[in-house]
Amino acid sequence: MSSLVITNLHVAVGDKEIVKGLSLTINSGEIHAIMGPNGTGKSTLSKAIAGHPDYVVTSGEVLLDGVSILEKEADERARAGLFLAFQYPSEIPGVSIANFLRAALQARLAEGEEIDASAYYQRLYAKMDLLKIDRKFTSRAVNEGFSGGEKKRCEILQMALLEPKFALMDETDSGLDIDALRIVADGVNSLRGPHLGVLLITHYQRLLNYIIPDFVHVMWDGRIVRSGDKSLALALEAKGYDWVKGEFAFASC
Amino acid sequence: MKSPVALDAPPPAELAEVAANPVAGIDQTKGDFQYDVAYEYDAGTGLSERTVDYISSVKKEASWIREFRQHALKVFRAKPLPTHWATRDLENINFDRIRYYLASGQKPKRTWDEVPEDIKKTFERLGIPEQERKYLAGVEAQFDSEAAYSNIKEIVAKQGVVFVNSTEGLREHPDLFRPWFGRVIPTSDNKFSALNSATFSGGSFIYVPKGVKVAQPLQAYFRINAENFGQFERTLIIADEGAEVTYMEGCTAPKFSTATLHSAVVELVALKGAKIQYITVQNWANNVFNLVTKRGIAHEEAEIKWIDCNIGSRLTMKYPGVVLKGRKARGEVISIALANDGQHQDTGAKMIHAADETTSNIVAKSISVGQGRSTYRGVVHIPKRLRRCKNNTECDALLINTNSRTDTYPAITVRGDRNYVQHEASVSKVNEEMIFYMQQRGLTEGQAMSLAVNGFINDLARQFPMEYSVELKRLIDLEMEGSVG
Repeated sequence: MSSLVITNLHVAVGDKEIVKGLSLTINSGEIHAIMGPNGTGKSTLSKAIAGHPDYVVTSGEVLLDGVSILEKEADERARAGLFLAFQYPSEIPGVSIANFLRAALQARLAEGEEIDASAYYQRLYAKMDLLKIDRKFTSRAVNEGFSGGEKKRCEILQMALLEPKFALMDETDSGLDIDALRIVADGVNSLRGPHLGVLLITHYQRLLNYIIPDFVHVMWDGRIVRSGDKSLALALEAKGYDWVKGEFAFASC
Repeated sequence: MKSPVALDAPPPAELAEVAANPVAGIDQTKGDFQYDVAYEYDAGTGLSERTVDYISSVKKEASWIREFRQHALKVFRAKPLPTHWATRDLENINFDRIRYYLASGQKPKRTWDEVPEDIKKTFERLGIPEQERKYLAGVEAQFDSEAAYSNIKEIVAKQGVVFVNSTEGLREHPDLFRPWFGRVIPTSDNKFSALNSATFSGGSFIYVPKGVKVAQPLQAYFRINAENFGQFERTLIIADEGAEVTYMEGCTAPKFSTATLHSAVVELVALKGAKIQYITVQNWANNVFNLVTKRGIAHEEAEIKWIDCNIGSRLTMKYPGVVLKGRKARGEVISIALANDGQHQDTGAKMIHAADETTSNIVAKSISVGQGRSTYRGVVHIPKRLRRCKNNTECDALLINTNSRTDTYPAITVRGDRNYVQHEASVSKVNEEMIFYMQQRGLTEGQAMSLAVNGFINDLARQFPMEYSVELKRLIDLEMEGSVG
C-alpha cells in the first residue's frame, strides 16, 4: 500500500503562481479524477509533481510513501514510482519504443547489472498482448510520426511496462476520437488494480464514462474547490464550469 | 639491448613527466592512460632537414624516398596555413616544439609475447589482442611512430594479401606500392599532406591481389603515447581488379596539457571492380590536432566507401574523398562527428566525378554539445562533359544546448544537363522537453542525451560492423555522461 500526499502545494511558472495551495491524498488502488476549466492549473500540477524544471514549487509538500520528493530530480522521482502520461509526448527520432523502454528499465537496475534481453522481450510482449498492441509497434521510433491515438497507446504501454506506484495522466483524452478514447480507457482499466494509484486530469466528463473514478475533484484557480464521487462529474457535465465558478465565488465571500 | 640513438636525448625531467600518474582518468576514457616507455629512437624536438634525414636513416630508406621527404619539407615550408578558409586555431600549433619521431624499435613483432611489456600492456588495455582473436584478419598496432606489432592470419597471407607498415612496404614491395605512392594525394595537396610526406612513419600498406575477397576486416590501431608528439602515419591500400577488403582504424591518446599533432595521409586505390571499405572510429583526447588527408581513386565499376567517425580531438580537419575515375565507379562517405566542449570537428567529403555514370553518396551527421562546434564542408564536382552521373548529399546537424554552433559549407559544381544531384540539410535540437520526457521514464539526464544522440545516428551506426557500433555507442555514452553540468 503506497500513498501520494500533496499538502498545501504552491507552484509558480516564472513569476506567476499557478497552483495556489492544493492538497490531495491518493492511495494505491484509487482513481482520482481532477476536472476543471482550461488554465486552472491542472497540467501545472502534474508537471510540478513529476519534477519539470520550469515548474517551481514555492511552498507545500509532496510525499511519496512518507518521503518528500521535491528535492529529487525528475528521473529519481520516476524511478521512485511516479509516472506521467504526457498530454503532448515528445518524439525521440531513431530510438525504437523497444529500445527506449529497455533503457528505462536498465536505468532502474544497480550499476553493473545488465537487463536480460530475452526476459525483457517476454515481459514486453506480455504487456502488449494485454493491451492488444501489435508486435510491430515497438520497432517504431518513439512517437515519431504517430497519430494522436498511437501516441496515447505508446504512453499506456510505457506505463504498463514500468509499473509505477502512481500514474499522473495529463489530459490523456485531449484531441482523441472515440476509438482512441476507448484504447486509453481500456488500457487504464486493464492496469487498474490494488498496486496502482491514478490521478486522471481531464477537461471533459466523457472519459469518465469509460474510466469510472473513485473520487472526482474540481479544480479552479489553482485550488481544489469541490470533491465528491462520480456524480460530481455528471453534475458538472450538466451545469458546466460556470456553476462551480459561481458557487465558489459565492462561497469565498 | 641496443643503446639509445637519440638525435637530441630528452632531458630526464621530461621522462619523469611522462611517467606521472599512469592510470589517471581510466574511468572516464578508455584511452586516457600512459605507461613510461624508453624510446631507442628519438628525432628530438623541432623539424629541419636533419630531422628528416634522421628518420630516413633509421629506416634505412632508398635514396628516392629520402629525396621525396626532403622535397616535401620544402613544400611544407612554402605553403601557408589554410587560415583563409579554416580556423585560426591552426596557428596555435607550434611546429618547433613537436617531436617528429619516437620509436622503441624498427621492426614490428609478429607475436604479442615479443612486444615490449609496457607497450603490450597499453594495447591489452585497449582490447586489441582480444579483438584480433575474435574477428580480425590482421592487426597492426602502432605506438607513436612505429608499429609495435603486426600480424596477418595465415589464411589471408596465403591468398597473397600483403599487410605491412610503410617502411616495409616501400622497401620489400616497391613494385606493388611505388607506382601509387603519393599519386592519389600528391605532396603538394595541402600543407599537412606535405608535412606527412616529409616525416611519415608507420601506417599500413596493403595489397589485395586480383579477385581476392578478404572476409574479415584488417585493423590498425594508432596510439599516441608521448607528449608534444606528432604522429604521421602513411597508409596506402591497393585492391586489385575484383578484390574486396575492409580496413578499420582506431585511434586514442592520453590527455596531455600540451597539444599533440596527428597528421596522416591515407591513399586508396580500387582497380576495376574492386571494393574498399575504410572505417575509422577515432577517439582522440581533446588536445590533439587531427589534420588528416584521405582520398581514394575508384576505377571502372569499383567502389570506395569511407565510414568516418570522429569523436574527441581539439580540432579535426578531415574530408575523405573519392575520385571517380572509371565508368560506373561508386563513392560513398558516411560521416559522424561529435564536437563536445572545447572541440571543433571540421569534417566533410569530396566527390570528384571524372567518368560517365559515376555515382556518389554523402551522408554527414554532426552533433554539437555545449561549446562544441561542428562544420561540414563538402565538394561535389561533376564536369560538363559527363553523362548520367548522380550525387546525393545529406547533412544533418544535432544541437544539444544553445551554445553549440554548426556550419554547413556545401560546394556543389555540376555542369551539363544530364547529371543528377540532390542535396538535403537539416538542423535539429535536443530540447528540454525531450530530455524531461526521457527523464520522466527514469533515465538520468546524461543517459537521456546519450540516447537522443544514438537515435540521431542510428541509421548510420547500423552500417558499422557490430563490434564497432557497440564501441561507438559506448564512446557516445561516455561523452554525454561527461557533458552534463
